[in-house]
Amino acid sequence: MTAPTAPEPQVPPSSVAVLQESAGFVVELEQFSGPLDLLLHLIREDEVDITDLPIAKIADQFLAVIHELGLDQAADYLEMAARLLRIKAQMLLPRRLGDDEWEDPRSELVRRLLEYQQIRELVAWLQRAAARRAEQFGRGYEQPQPDAPPAPLQIELNELLAAAERVITLIPEPMLHRVVPRPLDVEGATERILALLAEHEECGWSDVVGLRATIVEVLSAFIALLELAKRGSLTIRQPEPFAPMVIRRESPREVA
Amino acid sequence: MNPLAKLLEAALFAASRPLTLEELASLEPASGEAAVRAALDELCAAYAGDDHGVELVEIAQGWQFLTRREYAETIERAQFALRPRRLSPAALETLAIVAYRQPVGRLEVDEIRGVDSGAVIDKLVERGLIEIVTRGEGLGRPLLYGTTPQFLEILGLKDLEELPRLEELSVALRPPTPAEPE
Repeated sequence: MTAPTAPEPQVPPSSVAVLQESAGFVVELEQFSGPLDLLLHLIREDEVDITDLPIAKIADQFLAVIHELGLDQAADYLEMAARLLRIKAQMLLPRRLGDDEWEDPRSELVRRLLEYQQIRELVAWLQRAAARRAEQFGRGYEQPQPDAPPAPLQIELNELLAAAERVITLIPEPMLHRVVPRPLDVEGATERILALLAEHEECGWSDVVGLRATIVEVLSAFIALLELAKRGSLTIRQPEPFAPMVIRRESPREVA
Repeated sequence: MNPLAKLLEAALFAASRPLTLEELASLEPASGEAAVRAALDELCAAYAGDDHGVELVEIAQGWQFLTRREYAETIERAQFALRPRRLSPAALETLAIVAYRQPVGRLEVDEIRGVDSGAVIDKLVERGLIEIVTRGEGLGRPLLYGTTPQFLEILGLKDLEELPRLEELSVALRPPTPAEPE
């Protein structure tokens, strides 16, 4: 698609910077106000005759620029790209010499470009007129109200209190929840047991809970033991009823 | 100065916008339009010289006192008044199309500009520079827009006739294309 001979179209650096930030979606460009504007820009740059458009060259440049500027997702530009390619294809169709029926496929585009160019010229005229008018001020000019500095606040204490009261009554009663701490610390107990077993191959219940264990600590340790036994990290044995239990290290079972 | 001229001077001083001939004539209906015109001429002449910091300007189909150009910068520096913000190229393109094609619908503006102009049109309506003037024929009876006196005012034009004629522009509208088959 790309013509290797086509010179690199000049892309204004400012718009590139803008576009790279907003990659993917372009809302407005300061450089071009539309695909026709971009086309006119390319035509001016190449200094080609608008009524005898080198359509293949212009189409390639147009595609390159909208790709570079990230405009290839903007519908207006895409539509123009498609139009250019269609015209380019139509120009390639063979035609007989002296064919009176032949209509230049570029003519509609050229008409639109000339019309748009005229609008741009009017825009320049309007800009000059508005700038000239802006040099004269009429009466009744209303200052744009910028953020005026707030007037110094003068207020009685009672007014302030009444205002605070009004605000406070509007605050809804806060919803209170009682947060109950989780009584059991199974994770802590698990760590303790594993640390213990890392040092000793075997240990007893009293080694696990210590001498003055609270009921919560006993329960935590017991649940941790059961859990570790279930995982296969240790085995629990009791040689006879009511005898102290023996906790023994075991390497975890391989999961089949 | 003629008493009617002084009355007009007072009214134009009090008004914050251009006053039309009819509005000025309504101040003293008994005087008649010709007398008002004569008084206006007298007033214009009185302010035309070098004796005043303001001048009487014919603008937006009316008359208005405006400060002389040479004071613009000083007044603006002191922030007694500020120049209005400039219009964007998109807004000016749309204004130009509406001014020359009015009454014109959104589709035609889109077609000439090659981009969707709905948002720009809404903004110009909001700023009072264009307005809906009628509805077109055809599908959906589209809204048609035209320019307002405010448009003339921000450009300092007496009326639309002051816009450049299309044939005066350096670009010809239509290229020399082969005649279309009948």
